[in-house]
Amino acid sequence: MKAFFKHKNGLIGGAMIGFIFVVALAAFFWTPYNPLAINLHIRLQPPSATHWLGTDEFGRDVLSRVMAGAAASGTVALLSVISAVGLGLFMGVVAGFFRNWVDRVLMAINDTLLAFPGILFALGVMMIVGANKWGIIIALGLAYTPTVVRVVRGTVLSIREKEYVEASRMIGNSELVTMLRHVLPNCAAPVAVLTTSMVGWVLLSESALSFLGLGVPPPAPTWGNMLASSRQYMQSAVWLSLAPGLCIALTLLGINLLGDAVRDKLDPRMVVA
Amino acid sequence: MNIPNLLSVESLKLISSVNGKTLVDNVSYNLCAGEVLAMVGESGSGKTLAARAILGLLPPGIAPSEGRILMNGEDLLQVNSARMRAMRGAQIGMVFQEPMMSLNPAVRIGIQMAEGLRLHTQLTAAQIEARCLEILERVRIRDPKRCLMAYPHEFSGGMRQRIMLASVMLLKPRLLIADEPTTALDTLSQGEVLDLMTELAREEGTAVLLITHNLGLVARYAQRAVVMNKGVLVETGDVKQVLYSPVNSYTRKLIEALPRRGPVLTDSGVKTPLIEARNLSVSYRDNKPGWWRKGRVRKVLDSVNLTVHEGETVAVVGGSGSGKTTLGRAMLRLIASSGGGVFFRGHSIDGNNAKQFRLACQLVFQDPYSSLNPRQRIGDIVAEPLKLVRNISKQEASQRVIQTLQDVGLDGLALRFPHELSGGQRQRVAIARAIVRRPAFIVADEPVSALDMSVQAQVLALFQSLQKAYGFACLFISHDLAAVEQVSDRVVVMESGRIVEQGSRDTVFDQPQHAYTRALLAATPAL
Amino acid sequence: MLSYIARRVALTVPTLLLVMVAVFALIHLIPGDPAQLMLGDAADDATLSQLRQHLGLDRPLTVQFARWLLNVVHGDFGHSITNGLPVLPLLLERIQVSGTIILAAVTLATLIAVPAGLIAAWKQNQTVDVAIVAGATLLLSIPSFWLGLLLMLQFGLKLGWLPVVGYVPLSENFSEGLLYLLLPIATLVMIESGILTRMSRASAIDVLRLEYVTHARAKGVSESQVLRRHVFPNAFGPTLTMIGVILGNLLGGIAVLETVFTLPGIGRLLVDAIYARDYPVVQGVMLLTALTYVFINLIIDLCYPIFDPRVTT
Repeated sequence: MKAFFKHKNGLIGGAMIGFIFVVALAAFFWTPYNPLAINLHIRLQPPSATHWLGTDEFGRDVLSRVMAGAAASGTVALLSVISAVGLGLFMGVVAGFFRNWVDRVLMAINDTLLAFPGILFALGVMMIVGANKWGIIIALGLAYTPTVVRVVRGTVLSIREKEYVEASRMIGNSELVTMLRHVLPNCAAPVAVLTTSMVGWVLLSESALSFLGLGVPPPAPTWGNMLASSRQYMQSAVWLSLAPGLCIALTLLGINLLGDAVRDKLDPRMVVA
Repeated sequence: MNIPNLLSVESLKLISSVNGKTLVDNVSYNLCAGEVLAMVGESGSGKTLAARAILGLLPPGIAPSEGRILMNGEDLLQVNSARMRAMRGAQIGMVFQEPMMSLNPAVRIGIQMAEGLRLHTQLTAAQIEARCLEILERVRIRDPKRCLMAYPHEFSGGMRQRIMLASVMLLKPRLLIADEPTTALDTLSQGEVLDLMTELAREEGTAVLLITHNLGLVARYAQRAVVMNKGVLVETGDVKQVLYSPVNSYTRKLIEALPRRGPVLTDSGVKTPLIEARNLSVSYRDNKPGWWRKGRVRKVLDSVNLTVHEGETVAVVGGSGSGKTTLGRAMLRLIASSGGGVFFRGHSIDGNNAKQFRLACQLVFQDPYSSLNPRQRIGDIVAEPLKLVRNISKQEASQRVIQTLQDVGLDGLALRFPHELSGGQRQRVAIARAIVRRPAFIVADEPVSALDMSVQAQVLALFQSLQKAYGFACLFISHDLAAVEQVSDRVVVMESGRIVEQGSRDTVFDQPQHAYTRALLAATPAL
Repeated sequence: MLSYIARRVALTVPTLLLVMVAVFALIHLIPGDPAQLMLGDAADDATLSQLRQHLGLDRPLTVQFARWLLNVVHGDFGHSITNGLPVLPLLLERIQVSGTIILAAVTLATLIAVPAGLIAAWKQNQTVDVAIVAGATLLLSIPSFWLGLLLMLQFGLKLGWLPVVGYVPLSENFSEGLLYLLLPIATLVMIESGILTRMSRASAIDVLRLEYVTHARAKGVSESQVLRRHVFPNAFGPTLTMIGVILGNLLGGIAVLETVFTLPGIGRLLVDAIYARDYPVVQGVMLLTALTYVFINLIIDLCYPIFDPRVTT
């Protein structure tokens, strides 16, 4: 019973994410209507056969905007996560493995960065680099690097106590070879679990930033800024707030289910929320 | 015997609900009041499950499908949970294997010990404390008052096991189940804990079900024995009969697997010294140094002098904290020494011959589960050391790997990953990795301690045959004197960082000079 | 034990210092001349150079940092560009609003989540557990601002039970003020209990597997006592860490809820200040938030030994 249920979760999550991924990818090439095309004649129409999710206050097709938003948010999330994991992996392995003054300096920097909660840090970075798509990617990537560093360093610290690391030295391998051939590959499991969770956090942060008007600037649609502009029409055009919100929620749910399955498969004994 | 049975297990059958496998099948035995019954078996024999069934403490997914467990007329498999809880602790006590994990790290010892008494008796707090202090003294814990206020992590494994014992015997149960109570302890502590346990049991008239894989302990402490293999009871009877004239073939296999002293292995002709430790000292800093405080310095090895000659096997024995593991690693220059030096073929080891030294010496680790990189295939693990050998062609290298795998009996498994192999097979991989470069010197650090008895015998035999074929010298570190007796030429005894006795194997075993050696030998049960 | 406390407190000092350096550096890394940023394009050169001199912008950076640090320590966080008011009192006023919501929400969420997680772990894989996990996973997948909007729509606009806009400080009128806080707190409680329940359940499952739990049962201890006395203290550690992380995240992310419910909190202050380029206020919020977070982590670390005495060694 247990195995079947867990399996099912992962499959459902994977299917959800897969679907959204395909839609987002497709949005790069085609959407039913132009997400930016304004047509004031058909503004605020409820969902119908021609416009499956209705139109917004400028007459733009909500479905197309949702799809384009998926592409935009997806790109930002993936690129941010890749940078955070890449940078964090490097810093974490170096710090954990060599454990000398390099470690102490890196940890001091890391702890300082960690003192600034996620969005706050991203906002700060964006003030310096500018509030555009690349600005957000850099900002979110940097904001989540310290978490990766902490997890990777912790993993490396426990791996280096294992006997096979000592065995590698015993054979005569240099420290570098030991690190690359024996320590790094065994970090894969916790990092994979962290990465799946992180995609969810970054997506949420990006939507929050857009919601606050500090993310990807309009008129380009992201789910966050669509939600923000739907506030005025909450009672009159409820589909405007339901569509993007539901998208974010379902994507996060899919990521969580998939993440659970990934974790159960790779290391059933890790204690992660 | 007309003494009525205290416990009577009849046709017990345990099934796993996850995959339907039968884990314990048709097991029947009984236990009289006051006697010690040993339940012997290797891992996977079902002995722990059969014992836990008595207390109703089976892991989730495993349940009894047939049979009865009778105690004083009640069938323990049928009682309700309230009755079971009333019996646990008060009538039946259990001591577990891992002293590290069987005491709650977040609760003071006094509270944990008092818990049982509070549940099953009407004693006042003062009376409970008095009883706890009394029994702590009985198990020879120094300063019992302080012990009650302390936390488990402040004590060593042996002490924790004694505290566990005290806490369980406090309730004076009729039956004590001891599940591998001393497997995680070193030789001296093993003896202490078991002596205490049997003494206490005798005083209170408690029957003991001793679960163990160590036949020596069975010989010393038990009156009757049952042998389990793969969930089935294969032999039962008086200890003397089971151990010295076993009927069942599996029992016979177990007895034969016991290490025994062979003939003197290498002749005592003039041998060249291969590796020498001269005045070798190693110190560690205790505690993490803070900004203002330097850690306390602890000497783990104190001016040790030891010579290992070509082709001979020197065993290093001692209890935990004796420094034997450190000696092995220091001689291989894996840890830095704080005094003295190591000499290889007469030369001290420095920049010039460091590489050569590395190539010529190897280490076999204790834990087959953490000494292999879980992401490397077996073939790659064994081939890796060859990457550092300069003038060897790719073809020669892969030939060598195949040859080595054959030597250790693992041919055909080159593509597997470590988690697909058993503990014994993994240890063979570790040995293969060590011999692939045909080293002159191998340090084996407790190479068989983590293995089942029959597997131990195979690995020891393998070791000896490899040594005969390739002629490497070996430093065999172990706390298991029986294994040492089988493989070594010379024996070195260590205590607290110093060598207290050394000599040829027969001399040390038959005429021990030092008190510590004698204590070790006395604590090692043998048939 | 005392040495552990001393050590832990001492470790905070370098972090605090580095935080100050980081906040100071932030403003100076923003492209553009600080004086011009503050006065806008209309100012002429004379006014600009006057301001620069007044702010000490012509002195070397280290001197500027020292001056700034000294001011901060004395409670002078500068003045807001938009309205000239001193920054620190403004910050403190706003953080009370945010703080009330965050603390109330996290406390309630913990009180719900920890027992829920323990029960789910105890009845692992049975219907209760499956239901709890499903519920928790659903809850934590909902973005807070969307949930807030939905709750506001349902309870505020449609049913009219709770006010939608505005704020009354609790100190003025407790019961009325409470009405304004109910929706935002409820939103947060729902989401955070999702996260905490899963954490609590996961660590309880780990602990239930350990031998001392079986040992306690072997003594005849009842299941509920086992959960309370043996499982909970050992399982709470990771959940405590998670609470710290959540508090930090909320300090940063409270801005969205304050936007949804139009509350005068510190998140909203930051967003408005960023729009208005009111850099002294931005600096002040960052500094105060970071310092608060470091302080929260310190407290959590100091609470740890209650649940795991091994930490003090």
